[in-house]
Amino acid sequence: MYAAFDNFPALLIWLPLVGALLSFFMRSETAAKNVAVLFSLLALGVVGSSLLYVDSKYQALNQVSYVWLPGLESSFAFILDGLTRTLCLLTAVSFPLIFLFIPVGKYKQPHVFYGLMMLTQCGLMGVFMATDALVFYLFWELALIPVYFLSSIWGGEKRIRATFKFFIYTFVGSLFMLIGIIYIYLKTSGSFNLINFYNAALTHQEEGWLFALFFLAFAIKMPLFPFHTWQPDAYEQSPTPVTMVLSGIMVKMGLFGLMRWLIAMLPHGAKAHQTMVVVLAVIGMIYASLIAMRQDNIKRLIAYSSIAHIGLMALGIFTFQQVAVTGVVIQMFTHGVNVVALWMVADLIERQTGTLSMSALGGIAKKAPNLAIFMLVFAFANIALPLTNAFVGEFMIFSGVYAMSPWWAAAAGISIILSAVYTLNMVKNVFYGEAAAAVQGFMDIRPLQSFVFVVLTVLIFFVGVYPGPFLSMIAETVSLIVNKLTGI
Amino acid sequence: MNSILVSVLWGILLMYAGFLTKNKRSISVLAVVGAVAVLSANALEYMGLSFFDIDTKGMLFYNPYSYIFLVVIHASLLLYFLLSGTEVEETAATPSDHYALIFFVASGISIIAGFKSLLMLFLGIEIISIPLYVLAGSDKSNLKSNEAALKYFLMGAFSTGLMLMGIAFLYGDSGTFYLEGINMGATEMSPLKAIGGVLILASMAFKVSAAPFHFWTPDVYDGSPTVFTSFMATIVKSAAFFAFIKLFEGAFGKIQGQWQVLLAVITALTLIVGNITAVFQQSVKRMLSYSSIAQAGFMVMGIFAMNLMAKQGLVLYFAAYSVASIAIFAVLAKLKDHSVDAFNGFAKAHPLVAAVVLICLLSLAGVPLTAGFFAKYYMLVAVLKNGTMYWLPVLAIVCAAVSVYYYFRVIQAMYFKETEAGSVAEIQFSSSFKVIMVVCALLIIGLGIHPDWLMDLL
Repeated sequence: MYAAFDNFPALLIWLPLVGALLSFFMRSETAAKNVAVLFSLLALGVVGSSLLYVDSKYQALNQVSYVWLPGLESSFAFILDGLTRTLCLLTAVSFPLIFLFIPVGKYKQPHVFYGLMMLTQCGLMGVFMATDALVFYLFWELALIPVYFLSSIWGGEKRIRATFKFFIYTFVGSLFMLIGIIYIYLKTSGSFNLINFYNAALTHQEEGWLFALFFLAFAIKMPLFPFHTWQPDAYEQSPTPVTMVLSGIMVKMGLFGLMRWLIAMLPHGAKAHQTMVVVLAVIGMIYASLIAMRQDNIKRLIAYSSIAHIGLMALGIFTFQQVAVTGVVIQMFTHGVNVVALWMVADLIERQTGTLSMSALGGIAKKAPNLAIFMLVFAFANIALPLTNAFVGEFMIFSGVYAMSPWWAAAAGISIILSAVYTLNMVKNVFYGEAAAAVQGFMDIRPLQSFVFVVLTVLIFFVGVYPGPFLSMIAETVSLIVNKLTGI
Repeated sequence: MNSILVSVLWGILLMYAGFLTKNKRSISVLAVVGAVAVLSANALEYMGLSFFDIDTKGMLFYNPYSYIFLVVIHASLLLYFLLSGTEVEETAATPSDHYALIFFVASGISIIAGFKSLLMLFLGIEIISIPLYVLAGSDKSNLKSNEAALKYFLMGAFSTGLMLMGIAFLYGDSGTFYLEGINMGATEMSPLKAIGGVLILASMAFKVSAAPFHFWTPDVYDGSPTVFTSFMATIVKSAAFFAFIKLFEGAFGKIQGQWQVLLAVITALTLIVGNITAVFQQSVKRMLSYSSIAQAGFMVMGIFAMNLMAKQGLVLYFAAYSVASIAIFAVLAKLKDHSVDAFNGFAKAHPLVAAVVLICLLSLAGVPLTAGFFAKYYMLVAVLKNGTMYWLPVLAIVCAAVSVYYYFRVIQAMYFKETEAGSVAEIQFSSSFKVIMVVCALLIIGLGIHPDWLMDLL
């Protein structure tokens, strides 16, 4: 636990943690916000510079292990590899942007707000980088608790009920995962290390029901149909910055868990349950898209659209194809960027008009042309138009799904078409047509907000046009995962 | 054995202290000094300094495990005195008597910690129980308190009868009171031993309030003055559990396979009854009574598994559960209204105390980074390691999830709800109270981050 700071993972855990503790003790809002922005930018700097040290000869910089509980053979072991680097980058990019976007004076007790946000970031980093099952579980919960408080204190009217449902769902899921972790731990040589978990002596039958325990936790977190019922309410009732974290980053915990802690760990179980997951994912995609079409509230529309996208990613993972899984990793990053961008636009609209109901909105483009342009970019990214970032991921996922079965690809394709329908419909209703009463006096975006949007736009086009560096970074880690499943 | 002597002497001292001074404050101080004295006497013996040496014919024998258990108990007692001293003074007309009774209970616990013979077990259990009947009824003007005392006494006497009967059967079977003697011999259970074992099991289940012998618990805990509920639900319950595991390991360890089913049923019932009923409680005090049954369910799992993991984990469980409950009860005792709504707006009025209560509740719910997580964790590992009845940990997990519901209701009231009138703000917490509360929180988090600090001693 006595960390040396000469490696990236330790810094990525400590920086947000220290930032959180400092924020708690700040008395003024600007001080708290500055601390949060500073430390999240530092974390971004760390992830950014780690991109220069990807090569295996820098392994010492990207890996760390401190003995925690010698009696249980558990240690604070973290690693930065292609997969986790992508997710840490997403986390590190999103948080400063979200902080910059929060208007001054919006939340009472701002020091607690920013402190809890930073604590969430610490939890997320830990989840992504942990290579020790107990530590993974620890951070899994650590990411959940502050979010629960954030949503319950600063959320909407029905927040207590909605966030409690969310908490109970995920807590139950993670408890089942805990049983699975302990069971596998007892089957190893007595260590929580990921490698030992991969090599645990498990029969196929054991793998089958262990799969169910882990899958429940991850499916609730993602959320995958039919475990998604907590999600629209929680997204709607949470304060928007928290919704961004929830939908942009937190759901990736579930997808990430599927890759590192499920299919690679229990390959036989994954193979045995492949069809079930594929069916759930496809049903979820179509079902969520259909519901999204019927939504009038923009927040709920984005929430359901998010379920559909997550379903596609789960489908991609369960093709067990190199190309599709690589696509999923890219897509995890791009979906995070896109959905955070969409929430920001939605939040701007709500701040100025006080409503998110599409029937009460219209014609914003006339009042705020710049915002409309950004919104168009984000909307195109959401429906994965070529040259935007989501196209890369979705294309790769679909080629994998098609290789598995053209029929599933066709079924999943329906959801993509529907996604174009509801996203463009939303843009048309809200931004074009006659200016509604609610949008009279709508102000265009201010410089700081423009800066945030420009960063997001650059990210969208950069990944869309030149995904090469990302792909090569991810490929190695993904092939390690996929190779465990080939030949079974 | 030091602690037996010191607790008895201090109990007698406190009894007479009531004659010497009418100042309640100084009596409380004397009690705190006593708790420190007992704690250090035990610690000294652990380090090898015994005050006296009596040949108990092997009826009492202490090993490091017993000593560490006693350290946990005495430390909890100290925290309890520090947090609830003012309430003891207020509740009782003559606090010296009540402090004396508590010290007599402590001496009983010290006997329990080292018994090797059923005689000592019986003696210890009785020394613990009889003062508790008095404490339960100490609020003489309150009908509920009287009812609690009477109920506790009648049920307790009955369970003592069962235990005596069981001991008699076991003696009839093996011809000895020594645990080793009972455990020796064939791995087959004779009818006498079976009957004796079941009777003792029932009476122990009564003492730890495991279902289906739990019916006295809510009424007694709810009816007794809150300060004494705190004492009964934490320190005394931990002691009863220690006796339980020591007895079953010592006397029935060899035939574990034959009584395990029985304990699995008791565990399952306790978990279900405790957790489900707690959900419906409107009073926090009554909710905590049921939660103490629910927590007992987890602890019975340790007795079910009865391996090294379970034995170590139980002591951690005692520490985690006792510290958290004592702190919550201490706050509850200051609130005159015990309903969940009484906690509305608590966080705004008293941020520090609310934060500590929050940590305690999270610990009771078993959220990671608190001691309660590792306590539950060790119980689960112990049962899974046992290699049979995998449904039991799954059930326990489901019940733990249910428990989140009622613990979080208090959190929601404290943090997310506004208070109507200034009722919460009127309560005063002294700065010393706050300091001790923070100590409790640090203990919980410390054990949650690094349980090895305690586990390595065991």
